Amino acid sequence: MTTNDSWPRPFRPRLGARLGYVLHAGLAKNRVYARLAGWLERRPRVYRAFTAAERVTKQELFGCRMCGQCALPATGYTCPMTCPKQLRNGPCGGVSATGACEVHPELTCVWVVAIERAEAAGHGADLDMVHRPIDQRLREQSSWVNYWQGRDDDLWTDAPLAGRELGLTPVGKR
Amino acid sequence: MSLREAFAAGRFAVTAEIGPPRGADPDAITRKAELLRGWVDAANVTDNQGAHVRMSSLAGSVLAMRAGVEPVMQLTCRDRNRIALQSDLISAGALGIPNVLLLSGDHPRFGDQPDAAPVFDLDSTQLVWTARRLRDDGVLASGREIGTRPGWLVGAVENPFAPPRSFRARRLAKKVAAGAEFVQTQYVFDVEVFAAWMARLRDLGVTEHCKVLAGVGPIRSLRVMEFLRSGVPGIHVPDEVERRLRGVRADRVADEGVTMCVETIQRVAAIPGVAGVHVMAFGYERGVPAILERAGLSPRPTRAMEGLGHAG
Repeated sequence: MTTNDSWPRPFRPRLGARLGYVLHAGLAKNRVYARLAGWLERRPRVYRAFTAAERVTKQELFGCRMCGQCALPATGYTCPMTCPKQLRNGPCGGVSATGACEVHPELTCVWVVAIERAEAAGHGADLDMVHRPIDQRLREQSSWVNYWQGRDDDLWTDAPLAGRELGLTPVGKR
Repeated sequence: MSLREAFAAGRFAVTAEIGPPRGADPDAITRKAELLRGWVDAANVTDNQGAHVRMSSLAGSVLAMRAGVEPVMQLTCRDRNRIALQSDLISAGALGIPNVLLLSGDHPRFGDQPDAAPVFDLDSTQLVWTARRLRDDGVLASGREIGTRPGWLVGAVENPFAPPRSFRARRLAKKVAAGAEFVQTQYVFDVEVFAAWMARLRDLGVTEHCKVLAGVGPIRSLRVMEFLRSGVPGIHVPDEVERRLRGVRADRVADEGVTMCVETIQRVAAIPGVAGVHVMAFGYERGVPAILERAGLSPRPTRAMEGLGHAG
């Protein structure tokens, strides 16, 4: 049975989760990066080159699909957009007993990998955060630029398990 | 009595399943509904289950109501983007459908149209959240206000048996935080694993906010058992079940499977926090009343299905 190769397939990251958190600290949003992002957006050719570099790097390391609104910092540096159902809030119910993806049984479910990696790196609590729907218009954009510009601020909510009150307060607005 | 009333009264709830037909025959729904009427609080009407093309769950739900069975309209993220999902949720409200069950859906790869585009614009948690805001805040995902708000209960699903098991209670907690008021589980054949998951839900406080219906069903042949074991993703059939089914004469397998289903209902009912059962009888709807009766679940208190005539 063949499937479209351009459709999402579970990807096991080639970069350790701990290193991901360390690198993130170096890329964390600050005023310098915000100015860089603004500068890039005013120069379409440079922006395109920057985005291409981001694509190549993140595709190689994480199987990045350029959704433009990166979930990696909240998922143990494992890309949920490589899930065939693009689930951003955890694994579906079809994961096999061995942890295999139901759509690609030869591959491990990305969420099984994500949870292992996040917990091993001491970031297990991140998995309780609720991810908002993505903005499909941002596909193919640079998620680093979007992040530095503060457009990612409401991608996910705080963990709902802080207390026994489970209700969520929707955050942000688009 | 409705599902909502059963939950409010703290009465052990029973739901079952009606799969819409591959074709435009409304009586296919009516026939199944008549087998269940009076025995269940509500019946799920599946949404192109297994990614096979069927009559829609919206139409099937209306037909079930006409036949006197309260529907739980299933709605998946597989075939609709957020515009169509919200539209169907509003439509369900307008038609008086009292319950919706929101899920990701089986991938098209498994159905009769593997050539279809998988949509998955939202995931199930996001759909639950969208529905909750639509009903309680009266706003669409866009932030625009709606006029009359729908009134359905919001349901979700979970599979306590699929890896990573340690995460399954937390995943449901996310859905409950997003707004799920009841959950139906995948088939429970391994009561111990299910009980451990329930304990975790109680620890997390989830059962205080969400009614848990344990999924049950009879395995009536060795062929079905093999299919469930190897052909359906995410179903866990423990060796003990296989031993029992293989341990009886060939002509007794069906009865043994039904007996095991009855025992499972009784065992899950004794677990704190279990609010009911969801009976999935794959083509054996006629046997559901007998299973419920043997499990000690009497017919449901009936009430007039007022207002349902308008749907026709």
